[in-house]
Amino acid sequence: MRAYVEGIGLLGPGLPGWEQSRAILAGEAAYVASPAVLTASPLLPPAERRRSVPTVKLAMAVGAEALAQAGRDAATVATVFTSSSGDPDTLHQILDSLASEERDISPTRFHNSVHNAPAGYWSIATRCREPSTSLSAHDESFQTGLLEAAAEVSSDGWIVTLIAYDLPYPEPLSKVRPIAGAFGTALVLTPQPTGRCLASLDIGLSRENEPVSRMVDIGLEALRAGNPTARSLPLLAALARVGAGGAPEAVVLDLPPGGRVVIRVGAPC
Amino acid sequence: MDALLTGRDGLKPCRFETATLDTHIGEVDGVDDARFPDDLANFDCRNNRLAEMALHRDGFAAAVADVRERYGADRIGVFLGTSTSGILSAEQAFRARDPQTGALPAAFSFATTHSTGSLADFVRLRLGLTGPAFVVSSACATTSKVFANAARMIAAGLCDAAVVGGADSLCLTTLYGFHSLELVSPTPCRPFDANRSGVSLGEAAGFALLERAAAKPAPGTIHLLGTGESNDAHHMSTPHPEGLGARLAMERALTSAGLRPADIDYVNLHGTATSYGDAAEDQAITGLLGTRTPVSSTKGYTGHTLGAAGIVEAIISVLALRTGLIPGSPQTLTLDPALRSRYLQANEQGRLDRVMTNSFGFGGSNSSLIFGWAA
Repeated sequence: MRAYVEGIGLLGPGLPGWEQSRAILAGEAAYVASPAVLTASPLLPPAERRRSVPTVKLAMAVGAEALAQAGRDAATVATVFTSSSGDPDTLHQILDSLASEERDISPTRFHNSVHNAPAGYWSIATRCREPSTSLSAHDESFQTGLLEAAAEVSSDGWIVTLIAYDLPYPEPLSKVRPIAGAFGTALVLTPQPTGRCLASLDIGLSRENEPVSRMVDIGLEALRAGNPTARSLPLLAALARVGAGGAPEAVVLDLPPGGRVVIRVGAPC
Repeated sequence: MDALLTGRDGLKPCRFETATLDTHIGEVDGVDDARFPDDLANFDCRNNRLAEMALHRDGFAAAVADVRERYGADRIGVFLGTSTSGILSAEQAFRARDPQTGALPAAFSFATTHSTGSLADFVRLRLGLTGPAFVVSSACATTSKVFANAARMIAAGLCDAAVVGGADSLCLTTLYGFHSLELVSPTPCRPFDANRSGVSLGEAAGFALLERAAAKPAPGTIHLLGTGESNDAHHMSTPHPEGLGARLAMERALTSAGLRPADIDYVNLHGTATSYGDAAEDQAITGLLGTRTPVSSTKGYTGHTLGAAGIVEAIISVLALRTGLIPGSPQTLTLDPALRSRYLQANEQGRLDRVMTNSFGFGGSNSSLIFGWAA
């Protein structure tokens, strides 16, 4: 499946945006971890801005960054949202309430608990009525989201923004499901190259057991292994290098049992 | 099928778990007592139990084994939907936290129960499949949307066949959550009724096996003719008042099938029996299809099975095609005169060529499917 990258969004520990992080990902600047700062999207109406939970803030920030880079009106672009979980804080609060005598769940908290809450807020903020899917596949959430987005681009000819995000749970869920840091990324993918094309991607499945791509920097590798969405880091690093004039690269992401997603990252078109 | 013929619904007063709510629910009997495979015991939760029960009905697992022989395990995808997955296990684990440390009980297995992806993992392992797999969790549109995901994956060449459908099981999160929104009816739900008073929650699991269409399909083959997806861009938990997103999904399904509105012989509605939701869908239906196409909601039988509604109603739509039984809605006593669709209270019989089914969800997520006989 072929897709062209037109915009990239990134927000994670020590990675405050795509432009600010390119040199770090390409290995030209040192990586220093510091918590990602999440703010409610200015695109949202005031009521929804107030009701924004961390997943909504993270997903909207990276989606908006990628679309601004692509120079596209978000209302015209289909979306694939992917995350290993619904909003961790909201799920914790609901589970905590349900374990109490009162079992008092507010309507806002309940609607924020659905896995597709970021997709709903996104659609309200951008007035986008294009198709949107919200996926989940535990530690393979990014990889399967990329497959879905690429299938939409190649089978349906849609322009698609892939928005991936994962955040840590509060205790006690953090003990049974540790997730490192808040990490989100977004890619605007098109079926044809445009003037804003940053790289081409050829995406396929393999069962050849190729070694999975890792990060050289110890801190970034810990992030890659610790946050499902950060499994995207080797792809983002390849995009940083190829986008800066580097040679084409192949990135291998794990897809158990026994599968790989192989992505050939080619020069800007 | 028998229930649809005789008008026997599955709604009873709520006695679920520790819930104390005055409502009717569609609870599946015997879930706790059903056999669960020993080698996958760590996946044991109500949601995966429902899935296990459905996989072994109607020869489904055997049909999957047959296509696995033909295409290979790695060429079959698994694209399933759930909204709350095994969250009931987490609800119970939170009640059993250590009073001193707050720790969850050691027996609680997050990844294989509560985790949204656990359903696809369980079904893939249970059926011995190794193709691409994920869960779609777009609220109550989710097990309708997976048909579109699978069609794309097959078209893109990532697999030759796909298991679609999913499961959504009763839990306190949705019972108390819908209660907080004041969307739960004290009586069994009555879609399109003048006196409708909200949803009855239910649970279900269902599966379908999709294959790439053959050049010369065998007689009696049913095709997925079209899929349409959209967003309302309006509100998180209230549909667009004129059903704009719903209409867009139906229009896109017609376009993708290459059909005109008059080609649709019956629509299985989302029709959850909320005041706003039914009115919005009625506007979308009459605006696009007019007032002559027979339509009905079957949620009076099943309750609103949330994330499973899409697959339940896709299966009812295919049964309608196969048998010519156009299901009515006998639970609806007095049709709301403000709604203009040709809403069926009683069953009708007739040849159906093409059937549409709608599923809409929180976040303004809409999906519409069209099934028909292979041409």
